[in-house]
Amino acid sequence: MTAVPALEVRALTARHGQLTAVDGVGFSVPAGSVFALVGANGAGKSTLLRTIAGLHRPVAGSVHLHGDDVTATGPERRVGRGLVLVPEGRRLFPSLSVHENLRVGLARRRPGQWDIDRVLDLFPWMKERRNQPAGQLSGGEQQAVAIGRALVANPSVLLLDEISLGLAPVVVQRIYGLLPALLTTGMTVVLVEQDVSQALAVADQVQCLLEGRTVLDGVPAQLTGPQIEAAYFGLAGAGR
Amino acid sequence: MNWVNAVVQGLLLGGLFALFACGLSLLFGVVGVINLAHGDFAVLGAYVAVLLLPSTATNALWALLFVPPLFGFFGYLLQRTLLQRSLEISPLTTLLVTFGLSVVVQNGLLEAFSADSHSFNVGSLVTSSFKVDEQLQVSYLRLGVLLVAIAVLSVLSLFLARSRTGIQIRAVADDREAAQMSGVNTRHIVGVAAAIAFATVALAGLAYGMTAQFAPYSGSALLLFAFEAVVIGGIGSLWGTLGGGLILGLAQSIGFQIDPSLGVLAGHLVFLGVLAFRPTGLVPARAAA
Amino acid sequence: MTAPTGASTGYRVRRLRRSALWTALPSAGVVALLAYVPYVLERKVTDTLVDFFILLVLATTWNMLAGFAGLVSVGQQAYIGVGAYAVLVLAQQGVNPFAAIPLAALVCAAVSLPVSWLVFRLRGGYFAIGTWVVAEVFALLVIRFESLGGGTGANLPGLDGFDAVLLGAMTYWAALSVAVLTLLGAYLLLRSRTGLALTAVRDNELAARSVGVRVPRAKRMVYLAAAAGAGAAGAVLVITQLNVQPGNVFSVKWSAYMVFVVLIGGVGSLEGPILGAIVFFVLQRALADYGAWYLIVLGAVAVVMAVWVRRGLWGLLERFDVRVFPTGFWLQAPGGDVARPPRDDPPPAPRH
Repeated sequence: MTAVPALEVRALTARHGQLTAVDGVGFSVPAGSVFALVGANGAGKSTLLRTIAGLHRPVAGSVHLHGDDVTATGPERRVGRGLVLVPEGRRLFPSLSVHENLRVGLARRRPGQWDIDRVLDLFPWMKERRNQPAGQLSGGEQQAVAIGRALVANPSVLLLDEISLGLAPVVVQRIYGLLPALLTTGMTVVLVEQDVSQALAVADQVQCLLEGRTVLDGVPAQLTGPQIEAAYFGLAGAGR
Repeated sequence: MNWVNAVVQGLLLGGLFALFACGLSLLFGVVGVINLAHGDFAVLGAYVAVLLLPSTATNALWALLFVPPLFGFFGYLLQRTLLQRSLEISPLTTLLVTFGLSVVVQNGLLEAFSADSHSFNVGSLVTSSFKVDEQLQVSYLRLGVLLVAIAVLSVLSLFLARSRTGIQIRAVADDREAAQMSGVNTRHIVGVAAAIAFATVALAGLAYGMTAQFAPYSGSALLLFAFEAVVIGGIGSLWGTLGGGLILGLAQSIGFQIDPSLGVLAGHLVFLGVLAFRPTGLVPARAAA
Repeated sequence: MTAPTGASTGYRVRRLRRSALWTALPSAGVVALLAYVPYVLERKVTDTLVDFFILLVLATTWNMLAGFAGLVSVGQQAYIGVGAYAVLVLAQQGVNPFAAIPLAALVCAAVSLPVSWLVFRLRGGYFAIGTWVVAEVFALLVIRFESLGGGTGANLPGLDGFDAVLLGAMTYWAALSVAVLTLLGAYLLLRSRTGLALTAVRDNELAARSVGVRVPRAKRMVYLAAAAGAGAAGAVLVITQLNVQPGNVFSVKWSAYMVFVVLIGGVGSLEGPILGAIVFFVLQRALADYGAWYLIVLGAVAVVMAVWVRRGLWGLLERFDVRVFPTGFWLQAPGGDVARPPRDDPPPAPRH
């Protein structure tokens, strides 16, 4: 008997008007692992993540969280069931302070080891600047607060959308350095990343999207550079 | 009459305008609804008091206990049904819907209560005042309205700054979708904001009914005054709304002092002047109230 | 901006030309019939139709504002009032009131320009209330002039010598002319570059800006045109009533009428307000004996239409492919097949 996956996506299709942004994508993520979605700009990665989080209504397919179908569940209720998204572009509440941003994250907090104090321990700089408006923080600091805001809800599945976008390499390294700490708490991570080498370095499993479709699916160690390159750019012979 | 008196009366009047404006400001800041029926709902609140008070001899202060909560409930329901629905179409639809509601409320009141003016019985409070000097008398009732306005704004600011719900309301005003992905039940939170806005509208309507006569069509002017207070004070700022209300009250009172027919016009002109010369910050920022 | 001819692709965008001809002929016939009405029907009928034409003009101009320029105004009564008072002032100076109608429209357009500088600083709902404040200011300013009758208003001079029947007929023709010119003007404006620009703006302001549509200019032009139309309607109103009452001409009820007519008929088409005006007018007459109830019913109907029947009655009819005024396009494929744009889609945005 195989264990129930933490997150399972079945033949999900999502549209923006006439455009099919996600076309029949499916995957399954075992609990406690890291799953990476890579692909070029406009490949449909963010739409896929938003659809999983419930912010975008799919036209077909389903999303299962720990075996339960949550396709019809509203986004805020998915948070309460352990599925939390750290969105592209951070999306902090700019007029709220750092501390208030974290407090909003408590709205549907599940029991667990994460709370505001623990986030403040993880990012010690936040302690002194907890009353500063989030809109005044640097990009890296905002990303940290966005992750913290998601963590205080004690997610079982954390969706990370382009967390390295627009950040200095050293900041990206620091943020990715957090992943092991999250995984030891049993959290499952699904991340969208444009930086393929970054994604391959941390992921247990990787899927490459092109124009909304899965063009490559595998374990990083077994994929070759040219294979990934071909899938990423949609070159012929990429195993379509 | 003297000028000091005009200034003092203007400030007292400004308290009433600020009370009217805070609901308008909150509803726009959080919900994104410009409620063109704002003034009419205030007048409706006053008529509800007329209807529910056991007799015209009953002191209308009792209405403060039940009309604002009743309106809060009504506001929550209206938001969760009609307003929510129209907002999902477009903000302009919401505007037209509230305009339609305004006409319905006005004419409904006209049918139910006739065009005659009403006023509340507030006992001896209506005439009691204290004398500062020979030319300056301050009515306890009007002073009370100003103090209530300040109290409401203080409690509201504190609520928005400190409470869990208040912080969620501000989060929703900043970015509704981000609030949703943080687990906030945004529809409920927006409904709560609407409930608060409607409760203050009812409070303002009762305060108005205690200080002046009201009729079914009184609401339009009240909407314009509330709106002017919001714009003069700077859209999106709760304490700015108090400032805007006071400035508008002063303008009307001083205009009235110059020529009794100039009062309302002077207020409008100050508003247009602000629009012409201080347009910065007048483009509505969707910040928390 | 020019319409893309796309010679390289072989696609051609064409006006609905054949259909336009089929519109022009019956429309001209209807206008000719209407112009003949005073010869055969009594004064009561023509007076009723005058009221209808005023409503039609107001609704059409408001629809241009809200349905095409996205400017929801509840202050168009400002220009009804200014137009009415312009006729009064000109008549007091000896100008024939009928000749004063176009002048009143011009005055309103001129007045609306500085007003637009002020109110265009406000967006969305704030724009709406701002326009209302402006209307109140105009009303409060006008009643300060004793020569204009102050708060009670004044009688319109200059029409005493006319025979009642002739006056009724002339008023009717004036109202009909204003209505026809307004519809024609709206039609031509929508078919012009400005109209294209506006349609693009309505659909996606950001995209329209990015392809070079001069959004503020297009909006301002519509605002001026709508002011002129409302002014002409106000001018006809004062001639039909033979007096001006500030409380009437500057009343926000006019805005309510405009909003209700357009919501009932359908926002964003030329036909919608015509249909809406007919329905509104009939309802208004039918409910006339029930006091304020007619406004309660109309307000409730408008709310329901705004939320649940968003394209109005005309939108319902359009499902059966009825179309009177062709403001759309045909896309002609290389093979010569003519592809009609999907019904619910707006015409394509202009490109360079």
